[in-house]
Amino acid sequence: MEKVLTRNIGEHPVPTDLKAYEANSGYQGLRKALSTMSPAECLQSISDSGLRGRGGAGFPTGMKWSFVPMGDKCSPGHKYLIANADEMEPGTYKDRLLMEYDPHQLIEGMILSAYTIGADMAYVFIRGEYHVAIARLRDAIAECNNNGLLGEDILGSGFTLQLHVHPSGGRYICGEETALINALEGKRANPRAKPPFPQVSGLWGRPTIVNNVETLCNIPHIIDRGADWFKSLGLGDDAGTKMFGASGRVNNPGCWELPMGTPIRDIVEIHAGGMQPGLQLRGFLPGGGSTDFLTADHLDLAMDYDVIGKAGSRMGTGLLVVLDDHTCPVAMVLNLIQFFAHESCGFCTPCREGLPWTRQVLEDIEQGRGRWEDLETLAYQVSYIGAMGNTHCALAPGAMEPLQSALKYFREDFDKHISDGCCPYGGANKMAAHSHLTSSGLSSPSADAEGVQ
Amino acid sequence: MNETMLIQTDLDSVLSPQEKAEIDAELLHIPYKSGAAIDALKIVQAKRRWVSDECLQAIARYLEMSAEDLEGVATFYNLIYRRPVGENVILLCDSVSCWICGCEQLKAKLSSRLGIDYGETTADDLYTLLPVPCLGACDRAPVMMVGEELVTGVDDNKLDQLFGQRGQG
Repeated sequence: MEKVLTRNIGEHPVPTDLKAYEANSGYQGLRKALSTMSPAECLQSISDSGLRGRGGAGFPTGMKWSFVPMGDKCSPGHKYLIANADEMEPGTYKDRLLMEYDPHQLIEGMILSAYTIGADMAYVFIRGEYHVAIARLRDAIAECNNNGLLGEDILGSGFTLQLHVHPSGGRYICGEETALINALEGKRANPRAKPPFPQVSGLWGRPTIVNNVETLCNIPHIIDRGADWFKSLGLGDDAGTKMFGASGRVNNPGCWELPMGTPIRDIVEIHAGGMQPGLQLRGFLPGGGSTDFLTADHLDLAMDYDVIGKAGSRMGTGLLVVLDDHTCPVAMVLNLIQFFAHESCGFCTPCREGLPWTRQVLEDIEQGRGRWEDLETLAYQVSYIGAMGNTHCALAPGAMEPLQSALKYFREDFDKHISDGCCPYGGANKMAAHSHLTSSGLSSPSADAEGVQ
Repeated sequence: MNETMLIQTDLDSVLSPQEKAEIDAELLHIPYKSGAAIDALKIVQAKRRWVSDECLQAIARYLEMSAEDLEGVATFYNLIYRRPVGENVILLCDSVSCWICGCEQLKAKLSSRLGIDYGETTADDLYTLLPVPCLGACDRAPVMMVGEELVTGVDDNKLDQLFGQRGQG
C-alpha cells in the first residue's frame, strides 16, 4: 500500500526540518494551490475527495468548510482555522505521532485549509503534555516564517497567515470544538450552545473551523494529487487512508497507516500480531473510550464509518482498545466511566451528577456490593444521560456507549459479580498480576476466571 | 484567598519583567487581555512550579480581570497547580489501555517506593504524584510522564533507573 500520511515516518523517520520535508515533495500541494487554484477550487477538490473528519465524528470536511461565509457574505475581520491536537480520547495515539515525526505536513495542511476558508489566523490547540510535538511544531513554524511559507504574502501569492501553538491547560472536554474555542479565549472549557455553529460564530465571535490533526494532514495530498486519487485509496465506501492501531494485551501494539475499509481482523491479527499467549479476544472498542464495544463476531467488518455504525458502534478515532478474556469487563467499564466522570466539565446536571452516580454503582458491582436493582439503575442511566438532547454536549452520551454495549455483550459478567458477591476475575490485583510488570510473564488463568468463560 | 496578602503586597511587582514580557508576547495575537489567562498561568507556573494566591491575584490584575474569574479558570484545568508541587511532577496514566496493562499495580509500586499517594509530595520536595488521563502512548502501556519526559513500558527496571534505590532500603 502507498503510504501517504506516514511517508516521512515509519521504520526510518526522516528528519523533521523544512529541507527534508521539501525534498520529499513537501509544500508541493501548497505551491500548486497558491499558483493555480482559487479557494473555491480547493474546496471543490476537498468535497469531491470524500474526506471525513478523523477526530471521531466523521463529518465530511468539505461540507464543514462550505458553511464558512466567504467574500462579501463575510463581515470584515479575522477568520480562524484551528487544528484540534488535544488528543485525549483514551486509547488514542495517532496525532502525537503525526506531529512529532512530520510537523510540516500538519502546517502545510493548515495553510491550505486556511487559504480555502479565507482564514488569516490559525492555532494548533495541543495537549500540554505533548512537549516534543510542541517543540517540533514551534521549530517548524519558525522555519516557515523565515522562508516565506507563513506570515505576510505567502510565496508571493498575497495570502497571509499567522500560525500559533497553544498548549492546553489540560481537560478532555477541550476536544469538543466549542469547548476548545472557549479554552482558546482563556475561559473555562464549557461547551457552547449550538447554533450558532463555529463556522459562523466561533473564536472571538468570528467564523472558525476546527479540524482534527489527521484530517488536516490529508489536505496537502488531496490538493497535490486530486480527489480521484484519494478516493481510490480506500477499500470500501470511505476514501483515503487512516491511522489505525491496537492497544491492550496484543502481541504487537502499535499504530499503522492503512487503507480505509481495512478489515478489523487484519488490524488485530496481522498488524497487532494477535493476542498475547494464553489470552483470547473478548471484545474491543473500535475507536477510543467513547465507542461501543464490539466482539469477536465483528472481526470481519471493514473499518469504514458507516459499516461500524451499522454494527452499533462508531469508528471514532480508529484506534482499537482490545479487551482480553482475563480482564474484567465490568472493571474496564468502571475505569472508563471514572475517566468521564472526572472529565465532565460540570456545566449540566445530568452529566455532572449522573456520571459519578454511574461510577459508584459500577464500583459497588465490581467490588461485590452490587444488588440486582443496580442493573436497572445502569440501564436507566444509559437511556437518560446516554440520549442526545438530555445533556449539553456529547460527553455523557459518549461515556454511556461502552457501558450500554458492555451490558449487552457481557451481561453474564455483571450478573456473576452480583450473584457471587465478588469479582470473578479476582479484582484489579489479580488482573494486574498478568501484566508484563511481573518478570514471570503471564500467569495461568484463575479457576474463577475460567468459570466465566 | 488570603485577604491580608492582597493588602500588604504590591501586586504589580509580583510578576517578573520576563514573565510580563512573555505574557505580552501572547497578547499580541489575542484581542482581549483575559484571553491570555491560561497562557499567563502557565508562564508563571513554569518558573515557580505552581500558582500561589499572590501570583493569581497579580496575573488577574495584569490581565484586567477579577481574581475570582481567574480562579475559576485556574482550577478547571488539570495542568494548572494551585498548590505547591515538587521539582518533578509525575503524571501517571490511569486510562483504559494502561489500566489493562497494569497501571494500578504500577501506582502501588510507585507509591510505596516514593512514600507518597496521589496529590502528595516527597519530603525532599523532588516528586509529586498525580494521575493523568491518557498520555497518547497506549501502544507502550503502562506509561507516565516525569517532568517533561514521557516514560513508556514502565517496569521494575525503569523504576530502578529513574528512582535508583529510593524507597528500597
